[in-house]
Amino acid sequence: MGRVWALARKDLLTEGRSKETLNGLLFFAALVLLIFGFALGPDPERLTQAAAGVLWVGFILTGLLGLTRAFQVEQENESLEGLLLYPGDRGAIYLGKLVGSVVFMLAVEVTVFPCFAFFYNVPLWRALPGLLLTAALGTVGFAAVGTLFAAMTMHLRAREVMFPLLLLPFVVPVLLAAVKGTEAFLRGAGRAEAFPWLTLLGLFDLIFVTLSLFAFEWVVEE
Amino acid sequence: MASRSSRLMLPLGLAAGAALLAGLYVGLVRAPADAMQGEVQRIMYLHVPTVLVAYLAFFVVLVGSVAYLLTRRERWDILAHASAEIGVLFTVLTIAAGAIWGKPTWGAWWTWDARLTTTAILLLIYIGYLMLRAAVEDQARGARYAAVVGILGFLDIPIIHKSVEWWRTLHQPSSLARGALDPVFYPPLALNLMAFALLYAFLLAQRVELGNLEAEVLRRRLEE
Repeated sequence: MGRVWALARKDLLTEGRSKETLNGLLFFAALVLLIFGFALGPDPERLTQAAAGVLWVGFILTGLLGLTRAFQVEQENESLEGLLLYPGDRGAIYLGKLVGSVVFMLAVEVTVFPCFAFFYNVPLWRALPGLLLTAALGTVGFAAVGTLFAAMTMHLRAREVMFPLLLLPFVVPVLLAAVKGTEAFLRGAGRAEAFPWLTLLGLFDLIFVTLSLFAFEWVVEE
Repeated sequence: MASRSSRLMLPLGLAAGAALLAGLYVGLVRAPADAMQGEVQRIMYLHVPTVLVAYLAFFVVLVGSVAYLLTRRERWDILAHASAEIGVLFTVLTIAAGAIWGKPTWGAWWTWDARLTTTAILLLIYIGYLMLRAAVEDQARGARYAAVVGILGFLDIPIIHKSVEWWRTLHQPSSLARGALDPVFYPPLALNLMAFALLYAFLLAQRVELGNLEAEVLRRRLEE
């Protein structure tokens, strides 16, 4: 457990000091929200209807970039090999990377929420606890498979194409459930309507964190 | 080993060919047309067998992947790879046949129906599987990565299906599962199912043999 935190802390500290990815991704996420505004047109009703979907497409695109970056940094310095040389369970490396990515992505997402409320005219304060819960559950599921596949594709020449191509079909349930959950909270429909979707997200998280933890061993073995 | 499987190949191919011809004849000529849908319903004799065989093929990918990771025998990897290719082929056939049926029946090539959408995502997962294999240069590493995707992909199918089903409450359950199919359609359907299962077995045997030859070529090249 100590290793997991140490690794996650290392990733977050490096990012926190340089902030090069963080700033870029924040700007990118805001840009996605704007672009969708252009694509959908200024009709406020249509924007409100599409808001949850737009938000999650933004999160997923940002997440793709963030996860690629998490392993690219290691690869540029060839430091993953160093990490793998340490004795002990390699599952800790996976969990550490996962925790680091989730915290990082959540930081971006929380910062994007005000921007989202601003452009899409949604009542943020009332819905915020529900939105945060959905974002947390959705991000864990997305990053669980994403971290595994990022480790898998980082050595490939075509990784920019392979990574999203491999990951996106897998996380369709996350996208569907997160959009539906977010939608329910934005409408103020109450917990009863969002609950099945949150359960689905929770189950997905549980299943795929466990599976990926096992699979990571096979992915990094030499 | 090669000689034994090639001796099996010819009868298997002939049986598959004969069964397909018989299935076509019975499905297109002998079986009655559907009372409501008319002739268009005959696409079922292609659509249902291909989708069932596609699921069987992806299940074989799962079995081959698990067996490869446990034993590290190359033959399991070759089996999984071969089955994934055929599974993708059958899934494409399923979607194409479904679209051709959907146009006159529903008035659209595509609807966001739960099973349709699940099948499309399934196709994308296994196309990703094949592309990943092609992208990894190291054979053993490619086999390991593919096995991981083969296992996770199959386990993801029920979750995807459930989520899409909830998302589209407007779905119609499978005619087979809900027992809405008149028994008169069973024999031709069963015959076609057998024909496509034989075709799958034949293609799989061919593709596995090709995979074995590829592995052999690679081995000899490394020895030189």
